[in-house]
Amino acid sequence: MKGRALYLDGVSVVFDGFRALNNLSLIVEPGELRAVIGPNGAGKTTMMDVITGKTRPTAGTVRFGEADLTRLDEPAIATLGIGRKFQKPTVFDHLTVFENLELALKAPRGAIACVKWRLSGEARDRIARVTEEVGLLARAHDPAGILSHGQRQWLEIGMLLAQDPELLLVDEPVAGMTDAETERTAAMLVGIAGPRSVVVVEHDLEFVRALGRRVTVLHEGSVLSEGSIDHVQNDPRVIEVYLGR
Amino acid sequence: MRAGLGAAVGLLALLPALNALPTDHALHVSDFIVSVTGKWICYAILALSLDLAWGYAGILSLGHGAFFALGGYAIGMHLMRLIGPRGAYGHPVLPDFMVFLGYTQLPWFWRGFEYFPYAALMVLLVPGALALVVGFLAFRSRITGVYLSILTQAMTYALMLAFFRNDMGFGGNNGFTDFKELLGMPLATPRARAALFYASLVALVAAFLICSVLTRTKYGRVLTAIRDAESRARFLGYDTARHKLFAFVLSAMLAGLAGALYVPQVGIINPGEFNPGNSIEAVIWVAVGGRGTLVGAVLGAFSVNALKTWLTSAAPDLWLFALGGLFVVVTLFLPRGLIGVFDRLRKGRAP
Repeated sequence: MKGRALYLDGVSVVFDGFRALNNLSLIVEPGELRAVIGPNGAGKTTMMDVITGKTRPTAGTVRFGEADLTRLDEPAIATLGIGRKFQKPTVFDHLTVFENLELALKAPRGAIACVKWRLSGEARDRIARVTEEVGLLARAHDPAGILSHGQRQWLEIGMLLAQDPELLLVDEPVAGMTDAETERTAAMLVGIAGPRSVVVVEHDLEFVRALGRRVTVLHEGSVLSEGSIDHVQNDPRVIEVYLGR
Repeated sequence: MRAGLGAAVGLLALLPALNALPTDHALHVSDFIVSVTGKWICYAILALSLDLAWGYAGILSLGHGAFFALGGYAIGMHLMRLIGPRGAYGHPVLPDFMVFLGYTQLPWFWRGFEYFPYAALMVLLVPGALALVVGFLAFRSRITGVYLSILTQAMTYALMLAFFRNDMGFGGNNGFTDFKELLGMPLATPRARAALFYASLVALVAAFLICSVLTRTKYGRVLTAIRDAESRARFLGYDTARHKLFAFVLSAMLAGLAGALYVPQVGIINPGEFNPGNSIEAVIWVAVGGRGTLVGAVLGAFSVNALKTWLTSAAPDLWLFALGGLFVVVTLFLPRGLIGVFDRLRKGRAP
């Protein structure tokens, strides 16, 4: 089951004549951790929207393994194993960290199924493992409402992990985080990738450097440059449109 | 907490027994106290049902009185059928109001109501079906918040207008009254009063236990999640419309049960029960007690109604001002209601 590649080829999205994505092509290998950077309006969020089925591309191919994502709606894509973390963390404030993860855990979602649901030892272990992965073991039984901003982001990442996705899309995870939190988040994402692919969209170049993986630079809806962080930072086109400002 | 609840139920259960004592006995409790407490118990069930919808699932229904009234009308139809030839007009089948309005035969929807089990089923099914239809349409269209409240308010108002009409076949503005008996037991006797009181108390305890078990399951946590961040819950893969519908229908059925226990005790049901004001009052009970806690809902129903009973006899003109003031004070200063106050007091004492 594991090990499908994400494949975008010649994807364009046009809103009222504005080309949000312009012939964008990108491949994310199974288990890869990829950082996507680019100035505002480069099409980073639109790219995420296209992958998760929120926006339909005007042209182009979007595939996850054999599945054609342009034909599927949001819940179907989520069920396929693509999880997305939005910029603004939304966790359930009145529930504990544990309960938040319990709700996210892969399990039947119907009302009756939820009434009948009993927490098995296996589910408990899985929640404990995710709690540890996102570094919230000490806060497991605190309500999510009292967590710090960074901890809420981690819980949100944990809720994605609990759904056992094959591909994780993470939108600006470190915005508003302290340096120490940023560093921890980078280590966390590196640890999470491998059994699953992770795509991180971020502005913070220090964070992208800390990830130490392949970087894709978007500009005006298409790929401007791709490679290691040192490679893209030294690419004259990147310097001109993004870094040199 | 549990011991306190048990003690409260035990004290309530004593009331009809104390009522049976001779009137000059020191512990004698008047008929008035028993009948008024019996009504409050029904209100407490209504408050529980509303709390399940509002406090847990975030569905602020301003029309729960409609479900209560429908349950009351369902049992009322049964009580009317049981009058038989004892009505003022002495017709063997038709209730008085039908004879008066010139009906020659029983409307089709009155059939079956002569049987108690059928009527008891309708007490749950009619409110449940209404909640199913209204809830299905509203939740599917993602109507939430104030729009949903207005919709439920309109629902009860429309039903009130409909039930006021004579040609609806529900007795128009007079509704149903002059009930004679229920399950072979003549009404308006101390024995019937005690029996209805105990039936209501058992229903309250049962409703409390059902809600308490339900809200402790993962389903309860899903409802809380939907209340706090519905789109996030949807994004986790929960069909939030269905989950809310399940809670709303269950809640409507509980409200119907409360109405069905209420009507034989007060001996009358008329379209006034659909008055939107009734539904709003029920919301105030829950807010005053503390929404999102089952004990709070019950406590709110008892305390606000106790205040109402006292104030409407001591200073009738003040009641509506007091009710409005209470709501403002609770909203501004006691967001967690009386339960929040008790919690704070307890925490203040125990460091």
